[in-house]
Amino acid sequence: MLVTLIPKRASKFPIEGKNISPDVFAKKSAKEIAALEMWEGNRKRSIGDLFDIKVDSSSPEEVTIKIEGNVGTVRNIGFRMSMGEVIVDGDVGMHLGEEMSGGNIVVSGNAGSWAGSQMNDGTIEIKGNAGDYVGAAYRGSIKGMNGGKVIIHGNAGHEVGCFMRNGVIKVLGNVGIFAGIHMNNGTIFVQGASQGRAGAQMTNGKIVLAGHSEDVMPTFTIEDVKATVKVDDEKVEGPFYMFTGDLADNGKGKLYVSKPKNPYLSSYDKYLE
Amino acid sequence: MSELIVKNGFVYDPLNRIDGEKMDICIRDGKIVKTVRDSAKVVDASGMVVMPGGVDIHSHIAGGEVDTGRMLRPEDHVKDVEVKTAVTRSGVGFSIPSTFTTGYRYSKMGYTTVMNPSTPPLQARHTHEELIDTPMIDKGTYPLLGDWWISLEHIRDGLLEENAAHIAWMLKAARGYAIKIVNPGGLEAWGFGRNVHSLDDVVPNFGITPREIIRGLCKVNTMLNLPHTIHVHTNNLGQPGNYVTALETMKCVEDLAREDRPVLHITHIQFCAFKGEDWARLKSGAEDIANYVNNHSHVTIDVGQVVFSDTTTMTADGPFQFGLYHITGNKWINHDVETETSGGIVPFQYKRSSSVHATQWSIALEIMLLVKDPWKVFMTTDHPNAGPFFYYPKIMTWYISRRAREDMLKKINKRARKKSLLPTIDRELSLYELAIVTRAGQAKALGLKDKGHLGVGADADIAIYNINPERADPAKKFVSARKAFDRAAYTIKDGEIVVKDGEIVKQVFGKTYWVDVECAYNHCRTTRAQADAELKKKFKDYWTVEYENYPIREGFLHSSAPIAVKADI
Repeated sequence: MLVTLIPKRASKFPIEGKNISPDVFAKKSAKEIAALEMWEGNRKRSIGDLFDIKVDSSSPEEVTIKIEGNVGTVRNIGFRMSMGEVIVDGDVGMHLGEEMSGGNIVVSGNAGSWAGSQMNDGTIEIKGNAGDYVGAAYRGSIKGMNGGKVIIHGNAGHEVGCFMRNGVIKVLGNVGIFAGIHMNNGTIFVQGASQGRAGAQMTNGKIVLAGHSEDVMPTFTIEDVKATVKVDDEKVEGPFYMFTGDLADNGKGKLYVSKPKNPYLSSYDKYLE
Repeated sequence: MSELIVKNGFVYDPLNRIDGEKMDICIRDGKIVKTVRDSAKVVDASGMVVMPGGVDIHSHIAGGEVDTGRMLRPEDHVKDVEVKTAVTRSGVGFSIPSTFTTGYRYSKMGYTTVMNPSTPPLQARHTHEELIDTPMIDKGTYPLLGDWWISLEHIRDGLLEENAAHIAWMLKAARGYAIKIVNPGGLEAWGFGRNVHSLDDVVPNFGITPREIIRGLCKVNTMLNLPHTIHVHTNNLGQPGNYVTALETMKCVEDLAREDRPVLHITHIQFCAFKGEDWARLKSGAEDIANYVNNHSHVTIDVGQVVFSDTTTMTADGPFQFGLYHITGNKWINHDVETETSGGIVPFQYKRSSSVHATQWSIALEIMLLVKDPWKVFMTTDHPNAGPFFYYPKIMTWYISRRAREDMLKKINKRARKKSLLPTIDRELSLYELAIVTRAGQAKALGLKDKGHLGVGADADIAIYNINPERADPAKKFVSARKAFDRAAYTIKDGEIVVKDGEIVKQVFGKTYWVDVECAYNHCRTTRAQADAELKKKFKDYWTVEYENYPIREGFLHSSAPIAVKADI
């Protein structure tokens, strides 16, 4: 089953898109899908009000939702989805794939903040940039992303993987401050530059910074230099300084920082002799 | 003139000794009357249970601490969102519901009066603002006065009459209903990073003991003829072995009892009924507590029933909350240290798999069932400390049905189950007894003469539940009983139908009760003018607020309901 959604118009108001999910669309006709509720600001609308809908029900088992156009104001796409695929040809709003437990999401443009927040399984691939709090916990909660994979080809904002409990986040561009803050487990890989303070208050897990990092927090202690690091079954060539921390929280997290990209860290070399 | 008649219900009205009798209740202009005209609107309650509206003696629903708890826990609200309807406003629920949702949820369960048990007098204005915004129920609040400097000084100097006169002023200033004492002496010590650990520990800087504070304020309470007793949260709360402290607290005012009337209310007693040297050896002190309560008439208690749920603990007991923060490693807020008390907030999850939590669950039930006289023991969860108030229907089924208890007992931690006294207790509360522990007894203990009963002249606050005791034994059909208590068939507030079939049909705003004590300053060494002048000077020297701004005007309350009492002094 392939459902194609084409936005009828641009909206300047936030749109609540919890119903755009393969689990909700499954076994529904075009008419039923069009009638599903959406909120545009404080107005109640239906999917049919905001999108042109085409349904190809040739293979009813696997649901694929294709959104052709920018939906940068639509939030919560793929909320709690457990299967199927969502392909967005354009930008998406906040909370993409929140609490998802399976399936794939591919976005060709940029995603708003909270992508993959509290996800348990499945994959999200964002070809453009992502906002803040990728794979994070809800505000106030200590239960962040618990599995699955997020790949961002562009840059990500601040606090990537906040309270992350499991899974993998790969950022091929740069990240903001506090990547892996409060992290409990899982892996964060950053190919580009980091604005610093990575791993603050982490208790466990692994952060790999393959590019330049503004700083390494003073509450991390140097352990070793490693030639390579494993990230999600792939070997990343180093060498990397390996730190553990955050000692302010009795943390046992591992922070790997590229040696060649961060010559200022050579002051740590004397502790390794 | 609006008239209503509730017809053919099984009426449970323990204060008037009516036990399931089939009868009609007549209502005119918000009061219960003998008869109404034929034109009166009829509520058909045939095959249903009719009780006075529920009364809650202890539930943290408003105030600075409650509100700070709301701010601390956005993740708590997101999972429980209430959408607005034609009648009700939107809000959020779970452990610290927003004010409107609090009112609606109480009303849906047939509750009509709720007392907010603690407010620092300095934050009374905030508390009342929130209480005003809590619809559907009548309410009141107890100012925290057990660690108030002026009280402590008066007690130290033996000036009890002066203290009584001052407390009368404080109750009026805060528009409070009763004297609340939390960890007496400990909160004052907490302001300096310390605590007290027994009734005879000396409070730093004052040289008096918690025993002297409790006895002093108990005597003051009697001098002022307040409708409720002193409302005490004991020292050493939440520490293994603290049942001794609870017993000593009850013993320490034994000689102050008058004519078999209670002079002390110990609140959420489950939290201070722990036996054993440490957490691993935690045992129930329920038998000792219940034995004492059974043999004495000067004390009432409420249980603070634990329910297995995610909740938020909040008490004025700052040192206790600090300990809890260390146990859980959760986020926390140290609160109110700058006010007349202290306080702390820690999110908490009660788990069936934890032997400590499961033992706490068992202790509270044991106390409820082992205390023979239901007029002495009341149902509370110390909302939200041991669980949110909307679990009351579930708790009621544990009281009325042994099978409901056993179902839960099977699911709890094995070690806790082995230690639990519950398998040895056969008692099941009757609906009559349930009406006492959930409304009649609480209203009586609060001294609210128009609440908790359906006699002529009482407020027409009525709960009607779809339970037919003739057709099925609620002890056996406890699931349907729980559903009935959860969604009252009707809730009538001041003679108006506000809930029908578990849904709010009309939003009303209740009254705020406070005590207006007339005090002549007899037997005092100072006159009223001298006392005022002294207080003004103290405000100037020590306070960040002006003497004139401290008291709350009566007009500030939207629907003020003063209870006038005449003090002996």
